Amino acid sequence: MMAKPAATAEQAEVLETHAPAPAGPVKKLGGPAIWFDERIGLAKLGKASLRKVFPDHWSFLLGEIALYSFIVLLLTGLFLTIWFKPSMGEVEYHGSYQLMRGLAMSQAFESTLQISFDVRGGMLVRQIHHWAAILFMAAMTAHMLRVFFTGAFRKPRELNWLIGVGLLSLGMIAGMTGYSLPDDLLSGTGLRFTDGAIRAVPIVGTWVEFFIFDGEFPGDAIIARFYMAHILLLPAILLGLIAAHMALVVYHKHTQFPGPGRTEKNVVGYPLFPVYAAKAGGFFFIVFGVLILMGATMSINQVWLYGPYNPAQVTAGSQPDWYMGWVEGAVRIMPGWESHWGPTTWSWNVFVPFAILMGIFYTALGIWPFVESWLTGDKRPHHILDRPRNAPTRTALGVAGMTFYGLLWAGGGNDILATQFSLSLNSVTWFLRFAVFVGPVIAFLVTKRMCLSLQRADRERVLHGSESGILVRSQIGGYSEPHVPISVDEAFTLTQHRQYTPLEATPTEDEHGVKLKGPGTVSGLRAKLSAWYSGYDVAKPTAAQIAESHHHGDEDTPALPH
Amino acid sequence: MTPEHSTALATPEDEMLHPVLDPGIEEHVERYSDADAAVGDRAYKQVVLCFGLVPVLAIAFVVVYFAVPADFTARLLGVNWHVHSTLLGLTGGLAVLLVGIGAIHWARQLMNDTEIAEERHAASSSDEEKNGFVEKLNAGIADAGVHRRGLLVSSLGGALGILAVPAVVTLADLGPWPTAAVRRETIEKTIWADGVRVVNDNNWLPLKASDLEIGQLVNAEPENLRELHGAAYHNAKAKAALIVVRMDPNSIRIPESRRDWQIGGILAYSKICTHVGCPISLWEQQTHHLLCPCHQSTFDLGNSGVVVFGPAARALPQLPLRMDAQGYLVAQSDFTVPVGPSFFERDSRNDFKDGDQ
Repeated sequence: MMAKPAATAEQAEVLETHAPAPAGPVKKLGGPAIWFDERIGLAKLGKASLRKVFPDHWSFLLGEIALYSFIVLLLTGLFLTIWFKPSMGEVEYHGSYQLMRGLAMSQAFESTLQISFDVRGGMLVRQIHHWAAILFMAAMTAHMLRVFFTGAFRKPRELNWLIGVGLLSLGMIAGMTGYSLPDDLLSGTGLRFTDGAIRAVPIVGTWVEFFIFDGEFPGDAIIARFYMAHILLLPAILLGLIAAHMALVVYHKHTQFPGPGRTEKNVVGYPLFPVYAAKAGGFFFIVFGVLILMGATMSINQVWLYGPYNPAQVTAGSQPDWYMGWVEGAVRIMPGWESHWGPTTWSWNVFVPFAILMGIFYTALGIWPFVESWLTGDKRPHHILDRPRNAPTRTALGVAGMTFYGLLWAGGGNDILATQFSLSLNSVTWFLRFAVFVGPVIAFLVTKRMCLSLQRADRERVLHGSESGILVRSQIGGYSEPHVPISVDEAFTLTQHRQYTPLEATPTEDEHGVKLKGPGTVSGLRAKLSAWYSGYDVAKPTAAQIAESHHHGDEDTPALPH
Repeated sequence: MTPEHSTALATPEDEMLHPVLDPGIEEHVERYSDADAAVGDRAYKQVVLCFGLVPVLAIAFVVVYFAVPADFTARLLGVNWHVHSTLLGLTGGLAVLLVGIGAIHWARQLMNDTEIAEERHAASSSDEEKNGFVEKLNAGIADAGVHRRGLLVSSLGGALGILAVPAVVTLADLGPWPTAAVRRETIEKTIWADGVRVVNDNNWLPLKASDLEIGQLVNAEPENLRELHGAAYHNAKAKAALIVVRMDPNSIRIPESRRDWQIGGILAYSKICTHVGCPISLWEQQTHHLLCPCHQSTFDLGNSGVVVFGPAARALPQLPLRMDAQGYLVAQSDFTVPVGPSFFERDSRNDFKDGDQ
């Protein structure tokens, strides 16, 4: 054998030049697929990604809704730009909406009426576009809450969380610039508010106002400038951020909820092709279809009832779109505080609830992953999601934040609340002035207690099983309810999470009295905050305790099945 | 627990944390559509039906587009329907929706639903990759020669940094600079002046003192507003809009300094809210309160327009009125303080405060 000359490639049986033909309807790549493969390595790409696994859970659809409504926004927006004229030039209306014939209005408003009444399908597309914007913001918000409460923002996904915060804040600006464009009475009122809010910023406010509006309000430039931002600048940034957001989801692979066989090292679910592609692709059509039906049957932003913008008119009940409502509410319930120092005016009544509030809110969201990791000392990567109860302080903070947001949102409709519920407007406002501070504290305490109770219930369930619903009367007359063991799958799900031991303060000085700093040291303050953050967890049962409950098991404390 | 700067995936220590060991992925449960061929066939028909209805609806959409008059409206369920738009949306929306429902029904009922697992890889690079990267980085740095000629990088950085200056400077013409002189001619000034007539905002007729009854409020504008057009008109109107109100002089408080700003209880205030600039419009005749519908700031017109509730901080500026020879209301001058929302350079020391004489 050794002496035999080396076989040529043709003769050698072990050196197959062709892989055996794959089993299945497609025997080999051909035609256009080969053309592309020779240029961009299509087969390599497909092999790596076609069967990529995506886990399934309803809450993972929230982000998809946001993505799909953004695509719908791009499609419908493109249609609208064909007819919309972003000009504040004055024209007399001669279109087919009779009630406004002869009225002076801007070209922007005239073309909005034209799209609504003279372009076939224009009304439908306008309404789909507006509903899609509302859904885009709602889905992003819900998605963000899901990511927050399940801890999906933890390492290695902090950057994607930051991108998400960027998308949320930019989405708000995109919406605001969009609903300002028709130049009807409501959008003009919104612009008036924007102008007042900008000029209230100390020191630079007036300059920013003059630079944005090309002089004083309203001027004749703002619609064209907002149009540029709305159809070019913001969508380009949003698109880039969304692409990065998606790319990171692919790179990190999706998180998954705890369950049997779900570990930090794997991802369990369905392959991209065909199941996930069909589900996600189909879901795009469902979101789009529902938006079209909404646009067909639910009237929104009826600019033809409001009329063209007139700086001397406003309607009662003027409100922005829902995602600006919390800022609107803060502006409404803020007391009228203003400082007049020398020849300057410091307009806290507008600056604080507008710029400061939004600044704090988005900053707090952005830094949270880093704060949490600082509090727990946890630098591990996480791919298994938290059940919200297992991060009680985070969950409580989240609910406190939602309460704060919700109360401000109620403030944005304080006049509607007053008229609908026959309350005093002043009482509603005064109530909210205190409630925005007290409400979140109550929500925090209640939520944290609920989480700890749920932890206790989980512990009980693992150790003692679940209630059987059968009452047994003993010979001496006592009643008891035997418990039945829970499945190993469930027991694993209820106990797989990591529980943190609060960080302990490290010495501040070494034996020579030199101050210690740097990684690995824990200050007293950090230790206290860490104890506050993770020091109240109900300890999950240990393996020994589970074995113990099994060993001493009677009908009340049955053991786990094997 | 000490902080762990681990970049690897779960360690054996993690496994120790599990009091119940991972039982592995749960057993696959067969669906009805797998177990019973008839159920599977029914799902199959349903999916094909969904897709099959799409062309029908698409054709209906095209028919509606051309056949239904675009201005046709119908009243149904107490609502006026824009028929063309509604039918387009119903046909098109259902068509799109059915594509989605069909695809998802297919995926859920007919596609293989066995869950599979895929291994995760750490986001971080291996030590080998890190070392390789550092090696290549060093090779590049060596090739660039920056090690020996240290100014290369810092001068490039400075050069790139300074380019931001011309880029930013090109934005200096975004708008006029609100210097003191510009402010005096824009946001600190309105077109009201001595002798400018007060006209009704609706019909542009000049207002006569004798036309106003006690309790009446009229939205007004300066007569010279009509000479303006386009942006100049809107800019002027956004500041000059006026509220003229007649109250019983005995039921209101008129400070000494403003005694001759009014004619028999007829007073004029800026209509532009001092909060963020909405035109204020809700008048409570009995209390003399004027409420802004945007943020509910409430002003007492019977007390020089001071704030009685809400987020506004300053009283509504009052316009000094007099009567001209024909009995028409005219302004004595412009407003004595800037109207509208606050801005940083606004000198607010001369505004009326509750209790001023």
